[in-house]
Amino acid sequence: MEHIVIIGNGISGVTTARHIRKLSDKRITIVSAETDYFFSRTALMYIYMGHMKFEHTQPYGNWFWEKNRIELKKGYVKTVETKSKTLLFANRDTLEYDKLVIATGSKPNKFGWPGQDLDGVMGMYHKQDLDNLEKYAPNKETCKRAVIVGGGLIGIELAEMLNSRSIPVTFLVRENSFWNGVLPAGESEMINRHIKNHHIDLRLSTNLKEIKADENGKVKSVIIEETGEELECSVVGLTAGVSPNIDFIKESEIETGRGVKVNRFLETNIEDVYAIGDCAEQHEAIGNRRPIEAVWYTGRMMGETLAQTICGNRIEYKPGHWFNSAKFLDIEYQTYGWVFGERGRPENEKHFHWKHEDDTKCITVAFDKNTNKFLGINTFGIRMRHDVFDRWLSEEKDVDFVMNNLTEANFDPEFYKRFETEILTTYNQQLQTA
Amino acid sequence: MSNKINHSMSLAKPDALDITTKQKIALATGIVGLFIFVLALLNTNFPNKGIFLTSALLLIAGGIIVYSREAYLTKLEGIKNDGQWFKSISSRGVWGWVLGLVLTGFYIVLYFYPKYLGLDQGVDGGNTGLISLFDPLSQLLSGRDASQWFVYGTLYTLAILAFGYKFILKYRHNKYQQLRTFSVMFFQLGFAFLIPEFMYVMNNDLPYYDLKSVWPLNYYIFDEWSVNGFLSNGNIGLALILFGIISIFIITPILTYKFGKRWYCSWVCGCGGLAETAGDSFRHLSSKKMSAWKIERWLIHLVLVFSVVMTTAMIYTYLGYDKNDFWLTRGVFISLVIGFLTLIFAGVMYFKRQELGKDAKFGAIGFFSVIALLLIMHFTGTTDHVFYIKGGALRSAYGIYIGSIFSGVIGTGFYPILGSRSWCRFGCPMAAILGFQQRLFSKFRITTNGGQCISCGNCSNSCEMGIDVRHYAQKGENIVRSSCVGCGICSAVCPRGVLKLENDSMKGRINPTEVLLGNDVDLMELVNQK
Repeated sequence: MEHIVIIGNGISGVTTARHIRKLSDKRITIVSAETDYFFSRTALMYIYMGHMKFEHTQPYGNWFWEKNRIELKKGYVKTVETKSKTLLFANRDTLEYDKLVIATGSKPNKFGWPGQDLDGVMGMYHKQDLDNLEKYAPNKETCKRAVIVGGGLIGIELAEMLNSRSIPVTFLVRENSFWNGVLPAGESEMINRHIKNHHIDLRLSTNLKEIKADENGKVKSVIIEETGEELECSVVGLTAGVSPNIDFIKESEIETGRGVKVNRFLETNIEDVYAIGDCAEQHEAIGNRRPIEAVWYTGRMMGETLAQTICGNRIEYKPGHWFNSAKFLDIEYQTYGWVFGERGRPENEKHFHWKHEDDTKCITVAFDKNTNKFLGINTFGIRMRHDVFDRWLSEEKDVDFVMNNLTEANFDPEFYKRFETEILTTYNQQLQTA
Repeated sequence: MSNKINHSMSLAKPDALDITTKQKIALATGIVGLFIFVLALLNTNFPNKGIFLTSALLLIAGGIIVYSREAYLTKLEGIKNDGQWFKSISSRGVWGWVLGLVLTGFYIVLYFYPKYLGLDQGVDGGNTGLISLFDPLSQLLSGRDASQWFVYGTLYTLAILAFGYKFILKYRHNKYQQLRTFSVMFFQLGFAFLIPEFMYVMNNDLPYYDLKSVWPLNYYIFDEWSVNGFLSNGNIGLALILFGIISIFIITPILTYKFGKRWYCSWVCGCGGLAETAGDSFRHLSSKKMSAWKIERWLIHLVLVFSVVMTTAMIYTYLGYDKNDFWLTRGVFISLVIGFLTLIFAGVMYFKRQELGKDAKFGAIGFFSVIALLLIMHFTGTTDHVFYIKGGALRSAYGIYIGSIFSGVIGTGFYPILGSRSWCRFGCPMAAILGFQQRLFSKFRITTNGGQCISCGNCSNSCEMGIDVRHYAQKGENIVRSSCVGCGICSAVCPRGVLKLENDSMKGRINPTEVLLGNDVDLMELVNQK
C-alpha cells in the first residue's frame, strides 16, 4: 500500500489527509512535533482569554484519527533523504514514505534585534508560544507591561489577549498607520482609533532598537529606536510577520527560496515530494496573490487540491477569487476581490469609501476607473455573503450594479440596522460631485 | 478544572480576573437580599412582611443590575466571554458545584417537601417561613395566600428579569439577542406570572393556565381535574381548552414552519427563558461529545413517547364507553389517536424519507412503540389498566420523574454542571415535537458563509444544545438540526461572521458540499458531481 507521509498537522496537512482518505485507501501518516492532535491555530488566542479550553480548539475528536486510519506520529523531522525516501528524526527515528507532503507552516519573523531570544520574548504562533505567555504573563501583577512589536493581525490579537487580563500593552508599529500596507487609509485610521479606545498604547512610526535583560536573562525593558526611550516591561511579543518553517530541508535536494518552491501542481523539484500551505512558494505568483500565502483558507484549498493529485487526478492549484476575514478587537473585517492599500495600488484602481458616524463600521469598494468594473470590497462591522461576491466577481459586474444590489449581499443577523440606503446615497452624491 | 497552568504558588487567588470594588458591593447587596429569605426560611417572624419581601427582591435585583452594569458598560460593545473557563463558578469549579447543590436542594424541597418552606404550617393552617413572606404579594395579585408555586414563580420571574437585563447589556451590540431577551422577559412576566393570577381573580375555579405553555410541556392540561375545571367554567373554559388544542395542532406547526422552533424555545418558553438569562453563564458547559448526542436522541424521544402514552391513557381513563353520554368515547378516542399518528408516520415516510436517514430509525421505533402500546391498552384494557398499571399511576410517574425531577431538579439545578439547556436538550417532549417539525418542514436554517470558517470552535463552544456547529461550518454546510433552538449565539460569537440564522425557501436548505467556496470552480464541480 502506498504510504503518504505529511509533515505538519495544521489545516493544510490535515485537509490533505482527510481528502486522501475520502478518495482512497492509502496509508497516511501525519508527523508533528508541536501537538498530538490537530487544533485550530487561529483559535489559540481564545484559550488565553478563557473563552475556550485547548480541547475545544480541536475540530475533530481524538477518536477521529484512528477511525479514519490516519496515523499520527509525534516527532521533529531533522532531515529528508529524498533518494532513499526516508525521514530522519531528531531522536534518530526514521520513517519511509512513498509520497511526501511538506506542510510545516510558518514561524515568527525575527529581524536580529538584540535580546530577541531572551526569556519572556515570544511570538504568537505555536502552542508553545501560548504556554510561554501563560508563564510570563498570567496576570497584571506578574506582568506589569507587555510590549508588542510589529503591526498586523497577530499583533492585534496578542494585544487583545493581554488586554483581556488587564495587562497594560504598548504596541509598536513601524508603519505610520496600522496595517496600512494592506488597508486603505480610511480603514486603517479607524482601526488606529479603535485600538486606542481599548486603552492600548499604540505607537505608530516606532521601531524597536533592542530588548534589555535583567540579571536572570529575562526581559526587563525595550529601547525605542526613534526616541531612545526605555520602556519597562515583562513580556515582549514579536509579531512582525511570519516566514516559512523549512530549516530542516535546507540541506536536502528539495529546492527552496523563501519557502519550498512548488509549481502550480504543488509539486517540488523532487518527484513524489509536494509542499502546501504557508511553507509553499509558487514559482510565479497567481494573479494578484503573493507567491507565499500564509492564510488559513489557502492552506485548506491547497490540501483539497493536492489530495486529488495524489489520488491520481492530477489537478492544478487554481484558487478562485481572493477573500479573507479577520477581527480587530470588536470590529469584524471581511474582504472579497482586491482592494489595495496606499502602497502598491494600481493606477486604474479607484475607491469609494463610506464610514458610519459611530466610527466602527465602514466599507471600501474598489473599481476600475476606466471601465467601472467592480474589483473588490472591504467591509468593517458589516457582514457580507461570500457566494454573492464570488458570483459578482465571476460575472464581472460593474460598480453601479454592486452598489445598487448591496442588500442582496448583506449577511448581518436579523433585526440589525441596515446601511445600504445610506451607502448608496453617499455613493451617488460622490459620483455627482466627482 | 481551569486550563490555565498555574505557575504562582499562591493558594489565595491565582486568577487574573478580579472583580471590582463596585461589583463586590453589588454582590454583597444581593447576598443581603438572599439572607432575608434565609432568615424567613428559618422561621424568623418579620414584623412587616410586605416591606421585607420588597426589600429582599429589590436588593437581589439591584445587586444583579449594578454588577452587570459594572461588568459590561465599562467596556466597549462586543463579545465579552473573557475568563469564563477560568472562573470557578462557570467552569465546574468548587463554586459551580456549590451552586449546583444549593439549586438542586432547593428544587427537591420545593417539589417534594414544601412544608419545610412553611406551606400550611401555621397554627391556623396558614403559611409560615419563606412562603409566608410571599403572602402579601400573593394577596395583592390574587387575593389568596401564597403557595410554594407562587414563591417559585416570583423568584423565577425575578431571575429572568434581572439576568435578562444582564444578557441585554452583554449583547448590546446585537439587536437579535436584545429583542429575543426582551421577548422572554415579557412572556415570563405577563403570560406565566401575572395573567394566571388575574385569571384566578376573575374566575376562581379556573385551573392555573399559562397560555403560552403548550402540551406536552404543559402535561397536566388534559388531566381530569383540569378539563373538569375548564368545562365547569362555561364558555371561557371551553375557549381555553380549545385554544390549548389549537395551539398543538395548528398554531405550533404554522409558526415552526415559518420561523423554526426558535419562535417558541428561545423567544417564548419559560424554561428556555431561564436558561437564556440566568443560565447564560453556563451555556458553554453543555457536552459536545458524540456519546452525549446519542443519549440525547434516545432520551428526548423516549420522553415524548412516554408523554403521548401517558396523556392518552389519562384521557382514556376518564372517558366513558357509551356514545349516548358523550360522542367522544374510549373507542372513538383511541381510534382518533392511532389514526392521527399513522397519518403522520405515513406522511413522513412518503414525503421525507430521504431527508431523515438515520433519524428515521429513532422516529419509527418510537412511533411503533406508541401505537403498539395504545392498541394493547385498548384491547387488553376492559378496565383502565395499561399493562396492569393504572393510567393515573402513569400520570403521576410522569409528573414526578419527568415533570419534577428531570425538568426542575436536573434541568435547572444542574445548570453549573451540565450546561444551561440540559432539560431542553435531553428531556423536553415539546422540544422533540417542535424539533421534528423543524427538521421536516421549516424554512429555518443556519447558513454558513462560503469558505470563511477557520474552525476556531467558538460556535460549538457556546452552543447550549451541544451541537457541534463547527462541524457544519467548516464544511460550508447549512445547519438543519432538530435540536437547534435558534438562540443565535453561535452567529454572535463567530469572529469571522460566518453564521446567520435565516428563514428562506424550503429548497436547498440541506446542502452537503465537500469542497468549500473559494477554491477552483472545476474542482468544486468535480467533487460535488457524485
